[in-house]
Amino acid sequence: MTTGTTYPWAVGYVAGDRPQIVTDRFQYEDSYTLARYEATGGYDGLKAALAKAPSEVHDDVRGATVLGRGGAGFPAGIKWGLMPEGVYPRYLVVNGDESEPGTYKDRLLMERDPHQLIEGCLIAAYAVGLSQVFLYIRGEMALAQERVGVALNEAYAAGYVGKNILGSDLSVDIVLHWGAGAYVVGEETALIESLEGKRGEPRLKPPYFPAAIGLYGKPTIVNNVETLSNLPWILRNGPEAYGEIGTETSPGTRMLAVSGHVKRPGVFEIINGSTTFRDVIYGEEFAGGIRDDNDLKAFVPGGGSAPWFLPDQLDLPFEGRPVGAAGSMLGSGAIMVMDSTTDIPAAALTLTRFYAHESCGQCTPCREGASWLERILRRVVDGEGTRRDLAMLVEAGSTICPGDFPHAASERLGLEASPFPYKMTTICFVGPSAYAPVHSALTLFPEEFADRVAPNGDGHAPIPVTVTSSAGGAS
Amino acid sequence: MSRLNDANLSLAREIIARYPRPRSAMIPLLHLSQEQNGYVTEEAMAHIAELVDVTSAEVYGTATFYEMFKFHPVGRYVVNICGTLSCALLGAGELIHRAEETLGVRAGGTTDDGLITLEQAECQAACTEAPCLQVNYRFRYRVTPDELDQLIADLRAGSLTDEIPPHGTLARTRQQIPADRWVRPVAPEETTAAPAWMPAPEETSS
Repeated sequence: MTTGTTYPWAVGYVAGDRPQIVTDRFQYEDSYTLARYEATGGYDGLKAALAKAPSEVHDDVRGATVLGRGGAGFPAGIKWGLMPEGVYPRYLVVNGDESEPGTYKDRLLMERDPHQLIEGCLIAAYAVGLSQVFLYIRGEMALAQERVGVALNEAYAAGYVGKNILGSDLSVDIVLHWGAGAYVVGEETALIESLEGKRGEPRLKPPYFPAAIGLYGKPTIVNNVETLSNLPWILRNGPEAYGEIGTETSPGTRMLAVSGHVKRPGVFEIINGSTTFRDVIYGEEFAGGIRDDNDLKAFVPGGGSAPWFLPDQLDLPFEGRPVGAAGSMLGSGAIMVMDSTTDIPAAALTLTRFYAHESCGQCTPCREGASWLERILRRVVDGEGTRRDLAMLVEAGSTICPGDFPHAASERLGLEASPFPYKMTTICFVGPSAYAPVHSALTLFPEEFADRVAPNGDGHAPIPVTVTSSAGGAS
Repeated sequence: MSRLNDANLSLAREIIARYPRPRSAMIPLLHLSQEQNGYVTEEAMAHIAELVDVTSAEVYGTATFYEMFKFHPVGRYVVNICGTLSCALLGAGELIHRAEETLGVRAGGTTDDGLITLEQAECQAACTEAPCLQVNYRFRYRVTPDELDQLIADLRAGSLTDEIPPHGTLARTRQQIPADRWVRPVAPEETTAAPAWMPAPEETSS
């Protein structure tokens, strides 16, 4: 059976016998307190940073190649380096708006180890020369807001945050900010708009990076919670030690949530780069296989926006390049597993509905296209669709993403992979994300649609619909 | 009388002062007004507009973008049942169906006694604990239909009032920045010099 340790206070998290960079303190029930943090090496990374020049700290982070953990995988050290030289003030905005379907890690890091995140912010602020940090937490995460707020109060009182930190020249305010429910705000330019007190609509690119023109038009770093949570360890142990874990191109660890039809859904800190999808879905130290020993039908490898994978892709490692070549993306560390009982069109509908609901309405192809996709797919799922509807799904999708859309290879269908990324007619990825599940489902499981629709505009093919039975699963 | 009350007005001023531009405080202030009244009233939006120096239309335009703000009274408890993929795979549909039956309202509706509003929500970042729900943004994990009935019974009996504050209240402890530790925000147009700890460019080692 499955191995690994769980803790009632860190719901979902499973510790394993492997390096733990960001989750090591989860073993303590009081891991979110300053007392526990200080007793377990807390703020030593900040002290190590203060003993160096800011540029050396930046070099350490660049040398560690901390790939951004929010979804895009862009190295943090390089992102920081995109800020124009000599332009101040600069701002750091922490992206704690975790809401990509399937993703559950940043909330745990904020609830269980808020001081680690605060220390990461301070290290970043020191390295790049900024004194204003805005820590933007998703609105629906009341406990994370509470824990980070209390931790900030402790850290200000103890001299870790605010004026002349630890008696040095470093002065940094960290302001807790919280959202109000809008998935698209996880997009970094939308996050900035929202923080400016506006509707959270993504900004037109270029400029591609807020590092040049960000909050209030000033140079701004937007980093994910997990990304920043890695920094204290790197400063304590050095970039070389970080590089010894994982692979050269994907060093360190990464957090990963495996959910859906597995024996043990859970959040794991895995070795980056070398761990495979088969390891995390079937491995005893991870999700332990498919519930009821059913067959695996498909899985979403990187959050709801990611094109789906089949059992054919299980042996791919957590490396951006091969996963992209295979037709999907690693995204935000979220695997959703569907077993042989899954009704594929109905499953795709839950995701497409999500993106249609979360479209900000700014770009026509997404505003109209995503809701068309949802309505047509609902018709098909309800047994009221026709063959023409299937063609319309593809047509609506190609107005959002013209040309080839990425998909996985299928030996069963004799299908070759179409690589990531896609072309898009929208400002951000929400539109393409609405199409991704539709395209994956249609391409990889055409028979489930063919069986479901009437040949022309008339007639019904009534099939009772549930996504799957809720029987089985882990406890 | 649904402008911000005196205590919240002074809190609002404290919050505004933390941002380089007052408008950035808009979402936290809307939350504050929702905490005070259970929903966001027109008077509160007009008050917030005065405080952050924008028009009421701009406050309304911003507020309506965000799902969590309600513009009419909702239940003391808002029950959000997640319906996105991981939860849907493990029984969210049954859970929503049971909630509608037990409460006698459809998703989006409020019970006649004004106690509970039911909503079908999207992914709540608890996908390993599917199916999940939130009551006033407090989680319940791996919920069965029978557990849901029990939860509703507990809410009706008032036995969860300590654990779950009324709709509108998120964190119960607020951030407090001590005046003697506060760096204070710098307006974006004010400074162009590097902060004190940054060496001049020619001294930079890399």
